[in-house]
Amino acid sequence: MAIDTEERKPPLPERLGAQMTKIGDQVQGSQAWSSIFRPGSIFRKGYTDSPRNRSYVIMNSVLYHLHPVKVKRHAVKVSYTLCLGGLSFFLFILETVTGIFLMFFYRPTAAQAWDDIYILQTSVTFGLLVRNMHRWGAHLMVITVFLHMARVFYHGAYKPPREFNWVIGVILLKLTLLLSFTGYLLPWDQLALWAVTVGTNMMGYTPVFGDQVRFVLLGGVEIGTDTLLRWYVLHVLMLPFVLVIFLAIHFWRVRKDGGISGPL
Amino acid sequence: MVEIPEHLRKRAEEARAKAEAAKAAQAGGGDSAAAPEPQAAASKIPPHLLERSKAARVQAAGGTPEAQAAETAAAGGGGVAVAAPPVAPTATGPGGHTQRLLTVVKSGSIQDVKSKPQDKVHVWPHLLVVEFVAALFITAFTLIFSIFVNAPLLELANYNQTPNPSKAPWYFLGLQELLTMFHPMVAGVTIPGIGLLALMIAPYIDKNPSKKPEDRKFAISLMTIHLMFWAVLVIIGSFFRGPGFNFVFPWEAGLFFEL
Repeated sequence: MAIDTEERKPPLPERLGAQMTKIGDQVQGSQAWSSIFRPGSIFRKGYTDSPRNRSYVIMNSVLYHLHPVKVKRHAVKVSYTLCLGGLSFFLFILETVTGIFLMFFYRPTAAQAWDDIYILQTSVTFGLLVRNMHRWGAHLMVITVFLHMARVFYHGAYKPPREFNWVIGVILLKLTLLLSFTGYLLPWDQLALWAVTVGTNMMGYTPVFGDQVRFVLLGGVEIGTDTLLRWYVLHVLMLPFVLVIFLAIHFWRVRKDGGISGPL
Repeated sequence: MVEIPEHLRKRAEEARAKAEAAKAAQAGGGDSAAAPEPQAAASKIPPHLLERSKAARVQAAGGTPEAQAAETAAAGGGGVAVAAPPVAPTATGPGGHTQRLLTVVKSGSIQDVKSKPQDKVHVWPHLLVVEFVAALFITAFTLIFSIFVNAPLLELANYNQTPNPSKAPWYFLGLQELLTMFHPMVAGVTIPGIGLLALMIAPYIDKNPSKKPEDRKFAISLMTIHLMFWAVLVIIGSFFRGPGFNFVFPWEAGLFFEL
């Protein structure tokens, strides 16, 4: 009797497969799924490759904030843009994600900062790896932003109607450097302290208000625990906030100026 | 040269052929006095209207219909074959048409067309796939690099022990290099300040509309010199400066450089 029923049942892998398909259908048929993945989404059931669905993928998704439905054919040529602007933006996202992780383990005071980094590297799972990624990603971002600027210049892409966007771009370059520089102090090791000492000493030479600027940035006459707090807030909150605003303007201007510049 | 649409050209040709045929028939018909009659018929304008317009024209010329008739008779009496009687110009064109195609006006010349159709591709999949691959590539690169190379963490900050040399982050090493040559006011503020300002207002200084490299040799040279200037300074500051920020060769004295 028992043997009989077992024979009639299909084998286990098949039953599991059928079960998985059923769950998949249920998930894809749910309201939440169809609210997130709008008509045309490649994650919807029965997506077929048609011009209409290609348009829907952008139109019905959050990506519509960034990309139009269609772009000029030359704009997708990697040899023209080298993806540098996009990579800079992506590195910013990567820095944000890894930075949030690091914030869980870090206290910006002179007494605790270095120990926190040390413990992060030695006792936190993936702590060392994520810190490495944050650091190398930051250096890489400075390089990609710089190369992006050079690329835009050599293509003459700053010419009308894109003059204003170039100005925004230079501001973004400065913000990137400031973000990197403020992050430099946070590990509170010898490298951080003295690199920032050299950097801020240069600031003090600004005529008229140099010393005042330096005093405000350091929170005193020399680098200390107040400086650490200030630069931490600048690094994790204020500069990214300002950068995102300028990024939004930058991307908006790209679209308003008719997409990226034409071929030479 | 304006291109005439096919159907209009065909219609014009047909009409011309028809007019030729009518003319041939009329020539076969023979006498000069009968000539105006069929031509008027061919013109498709009702005869009474033609009469009226003829009368009006004659009146405008100061004569009377009777005088006009006499004139016509005199001309006919001259024995000359009248190929173009006085009524002809009122109704017909060269091929016997009552209307003809002067020109074809394309929409662009009378409508204000602002944009021309461009060769475009869908962002999905053409652009998104490229971006996705680029993002994957840079993530993989950062991840693998981070697995093998650790970020520096030196000993705890110590005010009493100044490392020798003390260097700024690499992207500021060009500035630090300038500090060895000029007064701090010039090296730390004036030169970078002017450099950044010039960079920002570059599009408003460079009024050359061309984007072609061969048309902007001066701009490209200037920018390349500017970039190389900083690149060389950063490289010297990073690798060729040892204790006391003195000039050293990295292959002799070793590296004094932390990222």
